[in-house]
Amino acid sequence: MNQWKNFTKGFVKENAVFILLLGLCPTLAVTSSAENGLGMGLATAFVLVGSNIVVSLIKNFIPDKVRIPAFIVIIASFVTIVELVMQAYSPALFDALGIFIPLIVVNCLVLGRAEGFASKQGLVSSIVDGVGMGLGFTYALFLLGSVREILGSGAWMGMKFIPGDAILIFIMSPGAFLVLGYLIALINKLNKTN
Amino acid sequence: MDYFVIIISAIFVSNIVLAQFLGICPFLGVSGKVSTSLGMSGAVLFVMTIATIVTWLIYNYVLVPFGITFLQTITFILIIASLVQMVEIMLKKISPPLFQALGIFLPLITTNCAVLGVALLTVGREYNLLQGVVFAVASAIGFGLAMLLFSGLREHIDLMEAPKGMRGVPIALVTAGILALAFMGFSGMV
Repeated sequence: MNQWKNFTKGFVKENAVFILLLGLCPTLAVTSSAENGLGMGLATAFVLVGSNIVVSLIKNFIPDKVRIPAFIVIIASFVTIVELVMQAYSPALFDALGIFIPLIVVNCLVLGRAEGFASKQGLVSSIVDGVGMGLGFTYALFLLGSVREILGSGAWMGMKFIPGDAILIFIMSPGAFLVLGYLIALINKLNKTN
Repeated sequence: MDYFVIIISAIFVSNIVLAQFLGICPFLGVSGKVSTSLGMSGAVLFVMTIATIVTWLIYNYVLVPFGITFLQTITFILIIASLVQMVEIMLKKISPPLFQALGIFLPLITTNCAVLGVALLTVGREYNLLQGVVFAVASAIGFGLAMLLFSGLREHIDLMEAPKGMRGVPIALVTAGILALAFMGFSGMV
């Protein structure tokens, strides 16, 4: 497969959030600000690339019957690494993302790429796929977080440009569903006109 | 009184799906019909309760004494995955009718983040075992309530003429948003 195509598919055609609807729990939960969305996206991208590399390297040694538990252990190990590193170097972000860091383990996107792509393809393709899908996920979270932060607290990346309260509902839970719904509708519309 | 607060807050105030965003995949995926959403909720209730008990015991009697609590993510997901398999095998033997009803939903539950989420929250909030069980059951009921309401709404939405781009998932998400808005009315209750 063409590596460039392989890399860019995660952004538009097979975007995890907007098209495949995978990994929606963290998508909705942590995107109350652009910064949190970016942090969560990068953490997931790291786990995705790491697990893709290991899975594609040892795919021939894993018996077919126990491959899913084996993948889960690999993913969980990378998640633990992210958890410990983030706790040490960025405690504020660690507290903001809270329980959703360990929950990267059950993000269907990560397991889906391990099972559907890395267990069948070579090392280079798997890395490219992991980076592409991971960055696609990151940009989706960043976009959603930006919209919610601008509407909900009148700020972007922590810089406030509207004094006082904005439309608070957008940084609370209903806002997550509403913004994602309208973003997906918008992207459906754009995809059709292309 | 303590237990009452846990129950009310888990079902209504911080509903696991609509306020904490756990278990969104089945919430959107299998909520097309009321009957399937009931089956899924039953399976979640079953697995979530057992998983919380087992992970609580392992955490407090194995991980804490040996000082290896940093392994909790790996341990918990392995416990849940093997537990789901075991429950599936046991149900097949002991109660075939129940297996018929819940069977197809069980494999999906391993990657349901609500189960792992509740197990992590239980040890994170330092509940004792009984509080943990009450919390797990109440969370599962909250999940069932949200599923039931949402699938009922979706059955009607499917018959409605939405704008073209909004059809399917977008309109479902907007509906979920309005449902979450309704649930926000409970905040401040406890």
